[in-house]
Amino acid sequence: MAESIPVGHGADHADHGDHGHHEMSFTEKYVFPLDHKMIAMQYMFTGMFMAIIGGFFAYVFRMQLAFPGIEVPGFGVVTPAAYNSLVTNHGTIMIFWVAMPVLIAAFGNYLIPLMIGADDMVFPKINRLSYQVFLVSAFVILGAFFVEGGAFGGAWTAYPPLSTKAEYNLSGLGSTMWITAVFLEFVAFLLGGINFITTAMNSRAPGMKMWDIPMVVWMIVIASILFMLSVGPLLAGGIMMIFDQNLGTAFFDPDRGGDPILWQHLFWFFGHPEVYVVLLPAVGIVADVITTFSRKKLFGYKTVLYTAIGTGVLSFTVWAHHQFIAGIDPRMANVFTVTTLLISVPIAEMLFVYIATLYGGSITLTTPMLWALAFIFEFLIGGVTGIFLGASGNDIFMHDTYFVLAHFHYTFYPIAIIGTFAGFTYWFPKMFGKMMNEGLGKLHFWLTILTFNGIFLPLFVLGAAGQHRRIYDFQNYPELAQPWMQDIRQFATICLCVMLGAQLIFFYNVIKSWMSGPASGKNPWRANTLEWTAASPPPHGNWPEGLPNVYRGPYEYSHPDREEDYWPQNEPA
Amino acid sequence: MSRPIATTRSMAGIPTARLAVWWIIASEIAIFGGVLGSYLMHRLAHGIWADYAANTNEWLGLTNTFILLTSSLAAVLAHQAAERGDGKRAANLLYATCAGGLAFLCVKAYEWNYEISHGMTITSNTFWSFYYTAAGIHALHVIAGCILMLFVAQTAKRNEELHRVEIIGVYWHFVDVVWIFLFPLLYIAK
Repeated sequence: MAESIPVGHGADHADHGDHGHHEMSFTEKYVFPLDHKMIAMQYMFTGMFMAIIGGFFAYVFRMQLAFPGIEVPGFGVVTPAAYNSLVTNHGTIMIFWVAMPVLIAAFGNYLIPLMIGADDMVFPKINRLSYQVFLVSAFVILGAFFVEGGAFGGAWTAYPPLSTKAEYNLSGLGSTMWITAVFLEFVAFLLGGINFITTAMNSRAPGMKMWDIPMVVWMIVIASILFMLSVGPLLAGGIMMIFDQNLGTAFFDPDRGGDPILWQHLFWFFGHPEVYVVLLPAVGIVADVITTFSRKKLFGYKTVLYTAIGTGVLSFTVWAHHQFIAGIDPRMANVFTVTTLLISVPIAEMLFVYIATLYGGSITLTTPMLWALAFIFEFLIGGVTGIFLGASGNDIFMHDTYFVLAHFHYTFYPIAIIGTFAGFTYWFPKMFGKMMNEGLGKLHFWLTILTFNGIFLPLFVLGAAGQHRRIYDFQNYPELAQPWMQDIRQFATICLCVMLGAQLIFFYNVIKSWMSGPASGKNPWRANTLEWTAASPPPHGNWPEGLPNVYRGPYEYSHPDREEDYWPQNEPA
Repeated sequence: MSRPIATTRSMAGIPTARLAVWWIIASEIAIFGGVLGSYLMHRLAHGIWADYAANTNEWLGLTNTFILLTSSLAAVLAHQAAERGDGKRAANLLYATCAGGLAFLCVKAYEWNYEISHGMTITSNTFWSFYYTAAGIHALHVIAGCILMLFVAQTAKRNEELHRVEIIGVYWHFVDVVWIFLFPLLYIAK
């Protein structure tokens, strides 16, 4: 292992020379980097690549639903087995290979050291290992498409016996590859999470107290802790499932003394906190964006923090709301109904705090700000429909319909897509040193947001009309094959195609701005947090001239005693 | 070897490596908690499992408990030696800890060999599935701990990175504590 990686210059060091500095080869810099920013870029672009694949899967199975049996352009005829693997892997990839790597790993890696004024993560080699394990896991999940029997088709929640019996899920080795890939991905994020938590706890700039930490850093750290404490049972469950699939054990087989509900408990004990694992970083990103563009202090910094912690604690007590019709005791269902409705209180409080932050601010509608506002608005719809489903009586009717599907897309889409775009467009100048094109950015924003609502609002209607999830061809069910329903399905699919097409604008904008955008300078948004005091893009070690000290909180905008409407954290009073 | 300044800072007042190992242990507790929680739920629901558990050899289990606890003592002594700056002695004590881990695995191998050859395999019934899975995951942690300990001993012998002796010790004690939970649950409760 290369021991002479050039790190360790700055204020904490006696000599400011270039000691240990040597020219890094291409492989050292881009393939096996130790620099947190480069690892963040690896995560970011791997996540985006996986998002394209997950989006393509959605296109294929939506085409099958809208126009059953047609030859889908770019794919061909969708067989039932292929349909099952496509929906399964769409869900798995979008959550574990898009939302997690981009929101936690990419933004966490990029932002934590820069925002707390450190030169790198505390364990750069573990950081590199984390990405490498993640990359292997991505190869494993995609590789499953090329083995006999194709990729796993037992739904992303992998309920047994569907997931453990090949005759039910119609896939062979693909099932084991799926659970192995998920397992490896979790290991990668445990490695990354230890780095995030330890770095934020120990490596803050001198003077940065608890309440001076930018909200997005707090949120990524809380999310990492949630992940770390919730994923263990599912790792154990994953081992049991691999044994059930391959060794013939019967952990989840009721005929031979096992219990299929056990898997649902292990899965959702992780699965529900996981929602908040990806939500919190997005909420943090939005906090940083809206304060900058409304030139106001975050209304109730500690309120946001405490509600996030409260959400985290509560998130461990809600998991059985996924099992209201799985045969759990109705008295138990009442308990989980109450906890589920309770958890909407801290989340609602967060949204109110954000609205209060916006109130009376001098708002500039830049592209990142539009994304952040859209996050608040769209996530609200996801949250409110969640209350419908959290009530066990109502959920018995709604369970496994497109109402559920539309609900969680209204939560995950704002988190994983809207939140990511808000963060990416906000920190793009820092990452690449160039400004993005605002016109193209806004065009991309409006096309994406309008079509997103065009896809999922109609699906609420279909779900309420009884349309079930995970059905290959609705024409086989007369009550679901009515012409008005098919019209809605086609409308949603057309919206999806437009939305996927609109992403070309984004990629064009990224490449064009990267190549020939106007230089951004250090602090184009006139923001307070420390990353804006480093060069754009920051060099290896972030602040070669010496690491910053911190004198105040991150959101001192429009302070009455100052001429400037912002007050960088590192400026002495 | 140069490290990032980030690694040398200690805002929380706890050395970075010690902080990290405690977070690793927190995540490990969740993993073993998942296995043992599932096992306990099943065990309470199936009275007949007591009959299956009667086939486990509690004397060998007890021997293994004794071996692991002794090896943990060696890890503590290694930490003490490292605190005094005596890297050589710390390394030797770590090798002794490793030997304990190896002895534990040998006893385990004998036990499993006996049980499997007498028809008690991982597929016999859900009790045996849990038995092999839980003890197997634990054994993997023993193996991983031994390998890491050999690396730590290598550097400690040269009086370098002596703080690592404490870190690997903390991890080893954790592996030990997991066994303290496994032993009564799998061997004694009948």
